[in-house]
Amino acid sequence: MAATQADLSAALVLTPVPPADWLVVLPVALPLLAGAVLTMLRRSVRLQAALAVPVLALVVLLDALLLAHVHGNGPVTMVMGRWLPPFGIAFTADLAGVLFALAAAVVALAGSVHALADIGDGERRYGFYPFLLLLVAGVTGAFLTGDVFNLYVWFEVLLISSFGLIVLGSEARQIDGAIRYAFLNLVATTLFLVATGYLYGLFGTLNMADIAVKAAERRADLPTMTLAALYLLAFGMKAAAFPVHFWLPASYHTPRVTVSALFAGLLTKVGVYALLRTLVMLFPVEREELSFVIALAGAATMLVGALGALGQSDIRRLLGYTVVSGIGVMLSGLALGSPGGVGGAIFYALHSMVVMTALYMAAGLAGRLSGTFDLNRLGGLHARSAFFSGLSLVLVFAVSGLPPFSGFWPKVMVTKAALDIGAWWLAAAILASGFLTTIAFARLFLLAWWRPAEGDLPAVEMPAGALLPLALLAVLALWFGLFPDALLSAVQSAAQGLADPSAYVRSVFPEVN
Amino acid sequence: MSTLILRTVAPFLTALMLLFSVFVLLRGHNEPGGGFIGGLIAASAFAVHGIANGVAAVRRALRFHPMAVSAFGLVLACLAGLLSVVFAVPFMTGLWIEPTVLGVTVPLSSVMLFDTGVYLVVVGAITSVALALEERDGD
Repeated sequence: MAATQADLSAALVLTPVPPADWLVVLPVALPLLAGAVLTMLRRSVRLQAALAVPVLALVVLLDALLLAHVHGNGPVTMVMGRWLPPFGIAFTADLAGVLFALAAAVVALAGSVHALADIGDGERRYGFYPFLLLLVAGVTGAFLTGDVFNLYVWFEVLLISSFGLIVLGSEARQIDGAIRYAFLNLVATTLFLVATGYLYGLFGTLNMADIAVKAAERRADLPTMTLAALYLLAFGMKAAAFPVHFWLPASYHTPRVTVSALFAGLLTKVGVYALLRTLVMLFPVEREELSFVIALAGAATMLVGALGALGQSDIRRLLGYTVVSGIGVMLSGLALGSPGGVGGAIFYALHSMVVMTALYMAAGLAGRLSGTFDLNRLGGLHARSAFFSGLSLVLVFAVSGLPPFSGFWPKVMVTKAALDIGAWWLAAAILASGFLTTIAFARLFLLAWWRPAEGDLPAVEMPAGALLPLALLAVLALWFGLFPDALLSAVQSAAQGLADPSAYVRSVFPEVN
Repeated sequence: MSTLILRTVAPFLTALMLLFSVFVLLRGHNEPGGGFIGGLIAASAFAVHGIANGVAAVRRALRFHPMAVSAFGLVLACLAGLLSVVFAVPFMTGLWIEPTVLGVTVPLSSVMLFDTGVYLVVVGAITSVALALEERDGD
């Protein structure tokens, strides 16, 4: 090999990799590997959960270690295949990405435990756990990658696994929901790809740190507004923002409850994360120009979602509209763009991942205990189990944004950020949607939990496997409501890291100051 | 579809295409070819076999479920990347060994392992789709 004699320091990373850097790659590689192994072992139904749950617990641990590392030392980068960036594909973990990744792993772990009680042998043989692990790999990859095209690839990975999950059970109405879901998401993915091709044509690079630097230098000569608008539309569709939100309420109530819970926790938030990454970090000037449009879309998303939730009688559909309403709050934070606004959007996304997943699980349990998801026929759940009722009440308060639960603080942050710049109408929209959500959930709780049951509830056992993750997530919602200080400071530094990516750029290009 | 001519030719055609797919896979390191295109050729070979002799024959010949083949490819690709951990180089760095077998130096690399993984992923996934479609056709 003659090439080894040449001086390679200009092209390759020649310093040994510190072991801590592996934390950037392992949360993606591990679920990918485990997903592949479980696909090979599809017939061994017993092994599936026995392997998947510990692997997901390990991913949570790795993400937590990565968070501690990034919190102490700033963003960490590893470049694939030793090539120096921008030619090698970079994985860069910054505070915003790792916070999302950790929340996603916690939600996936809760989902995998919930599946023990909800997903039967047939669906396990069909491949529930492999799909779940591949979904986690895709979501985590999207949160940790530092390359725009690589982000597209992870979107594809998570999309394909979610197709597998949404048709689990193969009922006719599931196929119907899956087609709506797949079609809209494929349109969004295509837009994303078109925008990325255009981006590459303009900048000649796909590395996010490189783009952030080049965009700052060459903004005046390039049609960056077009790019920002395309990304806003593509990721807005992924995040289910008004007016391209309709795929979500049309599809999220059809799959198994565990799958709905995972989708509500993971999928739309990847869209929100991608919006924050592209519009706050790469195209901040363009975001400022678009801020009125984003704010209008955010306000409309909140109100449409909250009003939709009020009008539903199927509790799973009600929750679908609530997911949409939460996206509106995050969009408002994005539109404001200040550290408080973006920090509030990140906080709200983390809160929404935990609480929406837990609410779908609670809805599933309610449906199982009463044999129906129809609000007109539900009832008597409080009499059935006061503990379950208490957990549900925590979640109802948290999702309505009432203190002392986790939904309160991000709403305060975004509302305050809106009032700081005099956008009183946006603040009013946030408060109005919070009020409408409170009514919708008060109605849900009154009818399903407090109202006495009309007949006898079916004699179904309370499954402990379904109650445990629900309790874990509810405790998280309560914990971050009572002690928000650590998370508040973390999301604020995450927002600052997005708004001023100099530390991010330094981690990718150490020689640039 | 399954005429006498096709049924007679299919085994030879399948064997040739599979051989050619391996050739394309190995050639791909320095010249046009590689795991993806090689995998497509191999999947077409199985599709031809399926058209001529029926899906059941292909499934018997494959021994493993196509999705398991695909998953095994993903395992190989992941392991090729994770080899880097041992050598303290970044994920997916190309690592080489050059053992001498019978007086011939055989350069083996983690890149080739990765490409073999890609080959198997494509063979498994596309064959699985093709067989499902052919099965539906026969109903």
